[in-house]
Amino acid sequence: MSEGLVSGREQRILEIIETTRSKRPRFKDSQVTMSHGAGGKATQTLIEGLFAPAFASESLDQMGDAGVVEIEGLRLALTTDSFVVKPIRFPGGSIGDLAVNGTVNDLAVAGARPAALSLSLILEEGLDAEELRAEVRAIAAAAEVAGVEVITGDTKVVERGHADKMYICTTGVGQIDPRARLSTAAIEPGDKIIVSGSIGAHGTAIMLARGEFELDADIESDTCSLWPAADALLEAGGAGLRCMRDATRGGVATVLNELARASQVTMVVREADVPVDAAVMGASELLGIDPMYVANEGKLVAFVAPGQADGALAALRSVPGCEEAAEIGEVKTEPPGMVLVETAFGGRRVMDLLAGDPLPRIC
Amino acid sequence: MKFVDEFRDAELGRVLAGEILAAVDPERHYKLMEVCGGHTHSIYKYGVDDLLPDNVELVHGPGCPVCVIPMGRVDDGIAIARAENVIFTCFGDMMRVPGSEQSLLEAKAEGADVRMVYSPLDALRLAKANPDRDVVFFALGFETTAPSTALTMKRAKAEGVSNFFCMCNHVTIVPPLRALLDSPDLRLDGFIGPGHVSTVVGARPFEFIPADYGKPVVISGFEPLDILQSALMIINQLEGERCEVENQYTRVVPYEGNLRALEVMAEVFELRPHFEWRGLGFISQSALRLSDAYAEFDAERRYETPGVRVADPKACQCGEVLKGVIKPWECKVFGTACTPEHAIGTCMVSPEGACAAYYNYGRFARDREVV
Ligand code: SF4
Repeated sequence: MSEGLVSGREQRILEIIETTRSKRPRFKDSQVTMSHGAGGKATQTLIEGLFAPAFASESLDQMGDAGVVEIEGLRLALTTDSFVVKPIRFPGGSIGDLAVNGTVNDLAVAGARPAALSLSLILEEGLDAEELRAEVRAIAAAAEVAGVEVITGDTKVVERGHADKMYICTTGVGQIDPRARLSTAAIEPGDKIIVSGSIGAHGTAIMLARGEFELDADIESDTCSLWPAADALLEAGGAGLRCMRDATRGGVATVLNELARASQVTMVVREADVPVDAAVMGASELLGIDPMYVANEGKLVAFVAPGQADGALAALRSVPGCEEAAEIGEVKTEPPGMVLVETAFGGRRVMDLLAGDPLPRIC
Repeated sequence: MKFVDEFRDAELGRVLAGEILAAVDPERHYKLMEVCGGHTHSIYKYGVDDLLPDNVELVHGPGCPVCVIPMGRVDDGIAIARAENVIFTCFGDMMRVPGSEQSLLEAKAEGADVRMVYSPLDALRLAKANPDRDVVFFALGFETTAPSTALTMKRAKAEGVSNFFCMCNHVTIVPPLRALLDSPDLRLDGFIGPGHVSTVVGARPFEFIPADYGKPVVISGFEPLDILQSALMIINQLEGERCEVENQYTRVVPYEGNLRALEVMAEVFELRPHFEWRGLGFISQSALRLSDAYAEFDAERRYETPGVRVADPKACQCGEVLKGVIKPWECKVFGTACTPEHAIGTCMVSPEGACAAYYNYGRFARDREVV
């Protein structure tokens, strides 16, 4: 509706909706469906409505990518992640790469240099030994690149049909960098929103690799360690670096929504400034999805105070793999908890969490 | 994004917006209905209505295929999905449409083998890959998607695939439009006509709208510039006191439609005597089923289904939304009890549904400052 048409009644209804939305969601579903694992609203309901209240942890309530624990003055970041991607090998990487990089990246965006990983494997009876060997090699190689050691592990085998080839769970620990002053609640109006490169490659690559569409495009997963990017931002952004997030499941849109809620600010994204590779854009047009919601495995979103933003962006762009980093928008005050998009066409709209992702097992 | 093609050029958009502003009579209010859910989605996604003057109002129409599926059909689909040895396939957004007890997604969580496909051919491929299972495809959509279902059925027949079945929910666009024009509670000035449907049926079937009801129709493409240009063409007709079917989408829509597609449809489908539309009730000769020549592929003839009409939930006002009588936010449960994650009505499920489009993209009072 154009400006003058928003009546008082509509406005009141919008306000009621915002009040409803800002309440902590309750988990009311009678069973778990695939939506609960998709990173959208159903996942949020599960975490905020069931897990967080049960464990009543301050660190958990922060809803960061990693939790923080302080032991005798030493601040450690701890994170864990499970990987169930299908297929296990795809252009640009494999489940082994994801298992290392995914966990390393959760530490990196928490401002922690990754130190060590644990590795749990759940293997399906009948898994080809060559496939297992290949993944072990992938894990070792990714760990070496990321500079982490795998120091403990576990293996379980389940009957054929009770898992799909292999699932991996990794836990990572690292010391919080002394330069880091990060918090999900620290974002302030005026801050600039930066992404570390072109978005949407990983999720698109997986979808195409499943061969369910008659569509061929040269798209590779972006899986890689984000520590070099995080390191550059910590150095250049200093205390002006408010927060970083790994834009995995649910993509950049989901990260922005979570943080807009956590910091009670508005995020305004300039659609025309978001870097998207032409092949990814083309494929997502055909598949009817928005790259803003597609998973990345090597892209972060950073929030930087206006004074440090240009320096941080320049530093980021000098990191190999982050040449396309861009400032995509700005943090505002009103209306709190919302993400708005200035469309390339000159209009404006809301960019909400997705209700349920139609693309399961993307990582 | 960097991929901004000629049909999304913001500069051209502003030029067209200026032309619309110059063309309208400031004393007059224009109420234009975009028939197709694809238009509704584009309008919100690109913020097209931000570029229109205040006195040009866009009203959302009935052309969202998922939105018009009544609860009883979802229940029938679930009954088939639960039958022994069945792989039930449908489009992704259909999985979340609520039936009287549950959705297909919930039936899947309880053990039914429900899978998302992107096209009927995907479903046929699945049937060939699983010869010992029965694969059922839940077909839906207007004349846009009916030809691809028809071609798939033809192929299944030619290849002798005996484990592939279709539960047909295809509908046709003209009967609901007529029903809408006959209903007294809606005053519309013109129609932004359905581009995709028209690629198949052509522009001729819409001639009754100017002829019998005196309203202009402009068949429109789906890019934001298409929609703006179509709005301008309708306003020019109104101001020039013309009233006809015009084709803005000539790069895709031939006036005569696609004769080959219509032929295949005529071979594979026949008209149902009547079909229930969500919120609109029964409309005669408004939907398709498999013809006798394809009886062996008809899931409705093969499986027992409850086949009962289930009344829409009391609170649900999808019918009024589909007819454009109320705006999505005017429904009593909009955004509170009915949200995309827990939808009561269908219009909140499909991305082409007016409620979902408004909730996901438009839920923001534009006169509220962003500061
Ligand atoms: S808010 Fe829900 S119930 Fe109301 S019209 Fe929209 S979809 Fe139907």
